[in-house]
Amino acid sequence: MDYISEPFQYSFMVRALIVSVLVGLMCPMLGAYVITRGRAFMGDALAHSVLPAMVVAFMLGFSPFFAAVPAGVLIAILMGGVSRRTGISEDTSIGIIFAGMFALGLVMLSTASTVNVDIEDLLLGQVLGVSQTDVYASLGLTALVLAGLYAFHRQLVYTTFDLVGATVVGIKTRMVEYVLLALLALVIVIGIQAAGIVLVMAMLITPAAAAYLLAKRFVEVMALGAVIGAVSAVTGLYLSYYIDLPSGPAMALVATGVFALTVVGKRRFATR
Amino acid sequence: MGNKVSSPGITVDDVTVVRGGHTALTDVTFSVGPSTLMGIVGPNGAGKSTLLEAIVGLLPLSKGSVRLHGSAAEKGGIAYVPQRDRINWSFPATVHDVVMMGRCCNLSWLRQPGKRDREMVCECLKRVDMWDRRNSRITQLSGGQRQRVFIGRALAQEASVILLDEAFSGVDVGAQEGIIEVLQTLRDEGRVVALVTHDLTNLAQRFDDILCINHHICAQGPPEEAFTPEVVRELYGSHGIEFAANHYGPDLSDQ
Repeated sequence: MDYISEPFQYSFMVRALIVSVLVGLMCPMLGAYVITRGRAFMGDALAHSVLPAMVVAFMLGFSPFFAAVPAGVLIAILMGGVSRRTGISEDTSIGIIFAGMFALGLVMLSTASTVNVDIEDLLLGQVLGVSQTDVYASLGLTALVLAGLYAFHRQLVYTTFDLVGATVVGIKTRMVEYVLLALLALVIVIGIQAAGIVLVMAMLITPAAAAYLLAKRFVEVMALGAVIGAVSAVTGLYLSYYIDLPSGPAMALVATGVFALTVVGKRRFATR
Repeated sequence: MGNKVSSPGITVDDVTVVRGGHTALTDVTFSVGPSTLMGIVGPNGAGKSTLLEAIVGLLPLSKGSVRLHGSAAEKGGIAYVPQRDRINWSFPATVHDVVMMGRCCNLSWLRQPGKRDREMVCECLKRVDMWDRRNSRITQLSGGQRQRVFIGRALAQEASVILLDEAFSGVDVGAQEGIIEVLQTLRDEGRVVALVTHDLTNLAQRFDDILCINHHICAQGPPEEAFTPEVVRELYGSHGIEFAANHYGPDLSDQ
């Protein structure tokens, strides 16, 4: 029992626990849309593309949240816009912006002498290092995302299932798409603290994919995904604390393990 | 439910639609009034789906106008059932969930479905005979059952015009019959029901009105009047004459 409660005598662990739970709950809720809409590449690209904005925030000495949130939303809109304006396929546009922005962020990081941040923490996540401000910002963003998911639930569900039918009944499908991308950007920014830029993808899609295999209805995928995500994140946090791992890989491995068990378990159950 | 349908109608006036550099429809003019079950027929690539998409506003018109009358012009007045390949089948939803989507546009902002919406969905599920399957995942259904679910969604939407694109693709002949029966009862309540089918099937004579399209309108009227030998030849070439002979008597092919 001590192994479970002992770490929380430190306030940094309490902060890390709060953020881990938020990341674990929120990423799969958006991830449910990401996997059913086939937008996994978009999610990964968004996470990488906010790097320059985060570096700028570090250089100016304020929380990366304040830069990453607007940057994420803008990049999401830009990715949609480039594809429409140029006629290049959407995944190509996403790839171009993804690689370009990530490269820009890495160059800024290696040339800016004033930035005192560990690149590994940024890329792989270091939830043990979150500040009190980060916790408040995460809570605020979580509330915002939940409000957005609730307010647009019917429109998001309809457009995901039947985009053409949704257009005919008068749903503003492009607006709904941008709302979804904005919410995705917010969740990715929350997730980067714990899982890092490179592995936030794992929290976004892996728990949701495991839930998808088990659930019959979309809201069940969201709810079960959130449970799997939270369990993976908190388990990852413990691994990170005890084995001194970056939190991103620890959480990603747990989530991947849960997914693998789900696949195997479902097969065994189905063949009986 | 039926008493809400007040004289819906569609007038398509001199419509030309250019799609991907090709003129898909030229100078199309027709109208359809309440209590009509219309079949839109023609060969592959004749512009049948384009016509439906133009009516519901998914495609811009290069020329002409589409006017909706009566309850068809109200919000949610038109329901559209897309071709099956345009639906995201990987989306996890039950039959009940899909029919509930029909209530979507009748609810004000932020309001979640209430008791009346749930009752309405139950009623619609029973009307399309999908009540027993309400908790089944939509992907577990046959083609015909899926079409019933979409018709149920259109009913839940309280639409007075129901347009179905490629309504019978992937639907076996027995199930087609059942769908037509459901559509006939909706027609009897005053609705306009129009469906696209790229084959002349043995159901052709079940429609009130047939619109024959091959980029332009070849004919419109009751099946026995619309399918003249000239029209059938224009639509389908010589094998169409054999079809006509089978379904409308040898006198057509003799001419």
